[in-house]
Amino acid sequence: MRYLPLTKEERQEMLETIGVDKVDDLFTAIPKEIRLHADLDLPAPLSEAELVRHFSELASKNNDLQSSVSFLGAGSYDHLIPSVIKHLAGRGEFLTAYTPYQPEITQGVLQSIFEYQTLICELTGMEASNASMYDGASALAEAALMACAATRRELVVLPASLHPEWRDVVRLYLESQNVSIAYLPYDEATGLVDPESAEGISWSEAACVVVQQPNFFGLLENIAPFKKVAEEHGALLVMAVDPISLSLLKSPGELGAHIVVGDGQSLGNSMGFGGPSLGFFATTGTKLIRRMPGRVVGETVDTDGTRGFVLTLQTREQHIRREKATSNICSNQALNALMAAIYLSVTGKEGFRDVGYQSLQKANYLKKRLLEIEGLSSRFSAPSFREFVIQGSVDWDEVNIRLAEHGFVGGLPLARFGLPESVLFSVTEARTKEEIDSFVNLLRGLIS
Amino acid sequence: MSEQLRFTKEHEWLLVKGNIIRLGVSDYAQNELGDIVFVDLPSVGDTVEEGEGIAALESVKAVSDVYSPVSGEIVAVNEALEDSPELVNESPLDQGWIVEIEVEGVAQTGDLMNKQEYEAFLKGV
Repeated sequence: MRYLPLTKEERQEMLETIGVDKVDDLFTAIPKEIRLHADLDLPAPLSEAELVRHFSELASKNNDLQSSVSFLGAGSYDHLIPSVIKHLAGRGEFLTAYTPYQPEITQGVLQSIFEYQTLICELTGMEASNASMYDGASALAEAALMACAATRRELVVLPASLHPEWRDVVRLYLESQNVSIAYLPYDEATGLVDPESAEGISWSEAACVVVQQPNFFGLLENIAPFKKVAEEHGALLVMAVDPISLSLLKSPGELGAHIVVGDGQSLGNSMGFGGPSLGFFATTGTKLIRRMPGRVVGETVDTDGTRGFVLTLQTREQHIRREKATSNICSNQALNALMAAIYLSVTGKEGFRDVGYQSLQKANYLKKRLLEIEGLSSRFSAPSFREFVIQGSVDWDEVNIRLAEHGFVGGLPLARFGLPESVLFSVTEARTKEEIDSFVNLLRGLIS
Repeated sequence: MSEQLRFTKEHEWLLVKGNIIRLGVSDYAQNELGDIVFVDLPSVGDTVEEGEGIAALESVKAVSDVYSPVSGEIVAVNEALEDSPELVNESPLDQGWIVEIEVEGVAQTGDLMNKQEYEAFLKGV
């Protein structure tokens, strides 16, 4: 789609065609007293050179990953992004395509979405994936709603170890639909949730039980007890997973999950100040697939028997089912999903596993080094993947300001999430041993 | 026990056996819908209100809701439709039945049409 500027003559011709003299006449329906009778208070136009200078100055106020070494994660991760992704996803055919769903003209885009769905299915061990959603948190909220519709129950059981901001998003979606939420506490020592020992949960009313893997603290939850309570009470098992962790862990499909969601940012998408990202959503079994929200691309053959791609199972969607649609989502994050698909393709099976393995090893190396510092301890005892919580009687906000002065982004202080003196560190394969060692030495100096 | 076949203006049929009502769609309805490719069935044990959508018939043309003409509890669903939705086309009044609903007391079907009345109704459609 190209931007076609309008000439004065064309504008006049259009106005004449619709029978008005000037553009202002189009707004006469708006009462005079609520209209603005002055020009907007905007600065004068800038030349190209002035504009570039202006925005460069603004941009230089930002801290970015070209000029800092980050140990911050908590939902958005600094994984390496192969440059081929930028070059392929940046092609005009992909970059400017809007609602690229018409099979007559967009076979390429539909095929790329189909490939994305296939990769998500392989990663999660599920039978079907949708074309992607806005982000991990909203995908989880949609999964909770889908579980309610599938089971005709109105209680969603969430782990307290779920990312607190995801929890807020899920609550926002559910509270307007009269769905109740119950929380499973996490063990103060291990940091893990044991659904079987939780008290006061009306399991017989539960539509689903959710587990985040790894949890907000980076810890690896034990999935079997979640599967057991779900099975016992006829609830669905919803897993919110980090896609990179699936390079090493058993797939949710093997663990018996009914719905798998997650945030796909770590698959080749930049952190981009928090977005845009993509949410992935996959499920299994005909009945559940029929209830899946979002768009789905399917493979078919045309009248000549040639392989082709179309949107499929559209009867779930609101342009057909109206108020009975499985969801109000009728869009996806096509470009972000494309980047995730390219990422998985170019890293390949070995490379992808290496990303997970290196993240795990380097995170544990940082953890080990930090625990050598007097006054710091591990907040939880369970094994961690790419993130972990360190505790120490330290003003972590102040420490982060000092770290930034030295070109480092520190971890996330967890005081505002109810864990005083605790901080969440993240380490990806992008960190080098030298960076980690320098970080530890700097931190040691700052807190002792 | 005598059986009564009744029709609604929404082109559903009811076979009334005491307080059990078997529900399906008429031959006219299946013909209008075209090839049925999926039937979204409720679960046994669900309670339904009169006028509530209880199932959905997905054809190659559209999706149509099946509304319950009575209030009661779903006591059976035609599981054969899960794998063979085409039964609704091939045998709408027999093998293509959709659900059985148990109503409290005796089913009130006085205001529904019998076969002759329904055929007359169709002529006016």
